[in-house]
Amino acid sequence: MLDRPAVVEPLDDDKTPATFTGNRGLDQEEPLIFEIGRVDATGVDIDDPAPIATRLGALERTAPIGLPGLTEPETMRHYVRLSRKNYSIDAGLYPLGSCTMKHNPRSNEKIARYEGFADLHPLQPQSTARGALELMQILADWLMTLTNMPAVAMSPKAGAHGELCGMMAIKSAIAARGESATRNVVLIPQSAHGTNPATAALLGFSVRVVPAAPDGTVRAQAVKDALAPDVAAIMLTNPNTCGLFEREIVDIADALHEAGGYFYCDGANFNAIAGVARPGDFGIDAMHINLHKTFSTPHGGGGPGAGPVVLSERLAPFAPVPFIRRNGDSLQLVEDAEGTQSFGRLTAFHGQMGMFVRALAYMLAHGGDGLAQASKDAVLSANYVRASLRDVMTQPFGDRICMHEVLFDDAWLRGTGVTTLDFAKAMIDEGYHPMTIYFPLVAHGAMLVEPTESESKASLDLFIATLRDLARSAKAGEVARFTPAPRLAPRRRVDEALAARKPVLRWEAKAAS
Amino acid sequence: MRYHPLSQADRSAMLAAIGVPSIEALYADAPHETLLKTTLDLPNGKSELDVERFFARLAARNMPASRAPFFVGAGAYKHHIPASVDHLIQRSEFLTSYTPYQPEISQGTLQYLFEFQTQVALLTGMEVANASMYDGSTATAEAVLMAHRVTKRRKALLSGGLHPHYAEVVRTISRLAEDDVETMAPDVRAAEDLIARIDDTLSCVVVQTPDVFGNLRDLTKIAEACHRNGALLVAVFTEAVSLGLLKSPGAVGADIVVGEGQSIGNSLNFGGPYVGLFATRQEFLRQMPGRLAGESVDADGRRSYVLTLSTREQHIRRDKATSNICTNSGLCALAFTIHLTLLGEAGLTRLARVNHANAVLLAHMLANVPNVEVLNETFFNEFTLRVDGDAAALIERMAARGVLAGVPVSRLLPHAGLDDLLLVAATEVNTQEDRDAFVAAFKESL
Repeated sequence: MLDRPAVVEPLDDDKTPATFTGNRGLDQEEPLIFEIGRVDATGVDIDDPAPIATRLGALERTAPIGLPGLTEPETMRHYVRLSRKNYSIDAGLYPLGSCTMKHNPRSNEKIARYEGFADLHPLQPQSTARGALELMQILADWLMTLTNMPAVAMSPKAGAHGELCGMMAIKSAIAARGESATRNVVLIPQSAHGTNPATAALLGFSVRVVPAAPDGTVRAQAVKDALAPDVAAIMLTNPNTCGLFEREIVDIADALHEAGGYFYCDGANFNAIAGVARPGDFGIDAMHINLHKTFSTPHGGGGPGAGPVVLSERLAPFAPVPFIRRNGDSLQLVEDAEGTQSFGRLTAFHGQMGMFVRALAYMLAHGGDGLAQASKDAVLSANYVRASLRDVMTQPFGDRICMHEVLFDDAWLRGTGVTTLDFAKAMIDEGYHPMTIYFPLVAHGAMLVEPTESESKASLDLFIATLRDLARSAKAGEVARFTPAPRLAPRRRVDEALAARKPVLRWEAKAAS
Repeated sequence: MRYHPLSQADRSAMLAAIGVPSIEALYADAPHETLLKTTLDLPNGKSELDVERFFARLAARNMPASRAPFFVGAGAYKHHIPASVDHLIQRSEFLTSYTPYQPEISQGTLQYLFEFQTQVALLTGMEVANASMYDGSTATAEAVLMAHRVTKRRKALLSGGLHPHYAEVVRTISRLAEDDVETMAPDVRAAEDLIARIDDTLSCVVVQTPDVFGNLRDLTKIAEACHRNGALLVAVFTEAVSLGLLKSPGAVGADIVVGEGQSIGNSLNFGGPYVGLFATRQEFLRQMPGRLAGESVDADGRRSYVLTLSTREQHIRRDKATSNICTNSGLCALAFTIHLTLLGEAGLTRLARVNHANAVLLAHMLANVPNVEVLNETFFNEFTLRVDGDAAALIERMAARGVLAGVPVSRLLPHAGLDDLLLVAATEVNTQEDRDAFVAAFKESL
């Protein structure tokens, strides 16, 4: 294990040196397009429109829009300069727990841009899109094999949209049983993603919170205690947001099914077990799969994602349209819910095709055994980080095996004058994107670290050594390293309270003075 | 495996540091019976070359828009995308970054989202816009849910000119949320009397312009009727380029404007990912769903951007949140904002004029074909044809002749008895040769 000395000398002044331009070497300030663009400038040459009598009636615009334009060279420079103010997984370790920032292969980007996929219209005749339907079916087959589930709904556009889809299927199944009026409660553990209670509430369910045991997992007995005839479903994440495998998941599923409820599993953390264990064997009824996390489609600054939902035999009939049906040798996209039990349509078209291509390319590159190795390496990396930091940082539920992410809390910082936020900001000065902080809510001052399988051992060792040094520094009372951090990033700490108190959400022309 | 940096020696050393004998021991918490004892029945990993070959074979089974005279629209449009757009969105710092949770090292994403929000607000004629939604259809459903929150009423009225898929998405979510939705009959000629249906039980009226049949709709009187009754007007568009030539929805009284942004900067992608646009009035800001970038200052007083008003969101408010959404279409919004920056107002207006002119030229040519009727009086770049016979079969025959001619209305509304209607869209990519090819194939296929 590396034990590096602190490489940052404390600055005399907590401000960085001033420059005339505000630029600092490669970090260049960039105004807004509204400040540098002109309404008559354009970076696109467009032919003259043919002379015609318009058919716009009286609805043609008469007032200006006020949109500035930039020429092509100005546009390139503007966005390149902006890009350099972003951290990215291609630049360094990005240990955001529960978000899964792993290597994004460029081969997947290349393939997604094949005109046979990127330049295909969702409503062109199905006879001219056979390859696209086949691709969706192959991806569906992989997902069903990996999860041991008999059906999959492909159209959800993100993980939270997948949750909505799964819970809609559950609500529809309950209605088909004639129990809509009586089954209207969803059980959700304290540690759940915030989308879970929001999804349940959106569909008119009320939420009953299930407490976690002192070890951070949900006990089957706690679920049994919360079960009643009014329970429609449980929404449980496995592995959970504390980075722990829900040990009693099979018993929880059994208890729930016995009581007439359905089991929604939040599949956000499927990347810990893909190829190692199958959710269908746990007894779940529905689970979304964040293709962008487990199968590495780029996160693009926050989206787009893709969230196909695998479904049990009991829920499969309620899946949304469109879905693919095999007709002899050919595949048909069924777009009309009439005459089926489908709960309807979730989105205009067929889902995130661009993400399907990337995810399937990732699967084919790995193969079945490669995916299992990826899961195992992710778990190995997280446990290596845990074992390498357990003597300097604390874990809310004690030192125990974790899955693909390891949760620390701030008990070890108590009395140092350094907070979780300070610690995270000091990591920025060391060149790291911080881990997820203050989530899950069940841990005080949470720090959730997810190194993933795409880090080398050397990369993990430097990361560990850096955190050890920061921990040593915090405990030594070197508060000056933390409170003013970051000092070396494009921006110092941003005033989030001001942004919320006086929201400025768009540029406005300054009034002439 | 080319994506996995750990060697067997690394793994052994790491296991020793952890103090377990094997990686399998790390799965000790999983019930033993659920752990796979063998590998799954899946193929082995392939080289990059083999993966590319596999997808090239699949791609070859599709007929892409660029390989045919192409007139398919109905909610997604083929436009030319400048090369610099795709180059810029593939920059690692945009492509492989995450939600800007740490603003100090995410100013690139935050500033372009702020610029995107401003562009969308200007384009729609509204005061504020969010940082994007999944697509136009889900944005429409969210607009209806928002109107319920604002008005404390739970009944929406959907125009018969609303894209049928959008209407289905709204009905699905409303039915399962136990809200009420009334949908007008398909409104082919934009003749429906929405105003007569507006009363003080409605939370909102949802109207699309240009509507799914291509007709332009004057929203002014509908907005007035809504406001008299305490309801909101939700204006929808599926072709963002139209906003370059038409009065903005905000200027004619809309309270919430939602739409599909695919047309600007984003490929067709067989339906996704797309980018939903969402804008509203300042007074409804705190009921608006989705992510927001806002301006602030850093500790040195320098202008900075940060995600804000997240108190409306699921990760704080949980079961009281404005929606369950926890993402946006970041990269698609980036493509939109770059393309719109390249266009500028001058370019967008010109692009919209070329789209309109090409559609008018095509409509004139088709109106001269015997037994064919163009149903629209007004339109932007898409219109409805009535043909003698089944439009879906006609489309298939034209596809066999190498022309992708449009969308049969029966594909969107299978039970409406509108099997002889065809939606035809033209954009700047269509040449006179394309139009000639369309008309020739059309005449031969009728």
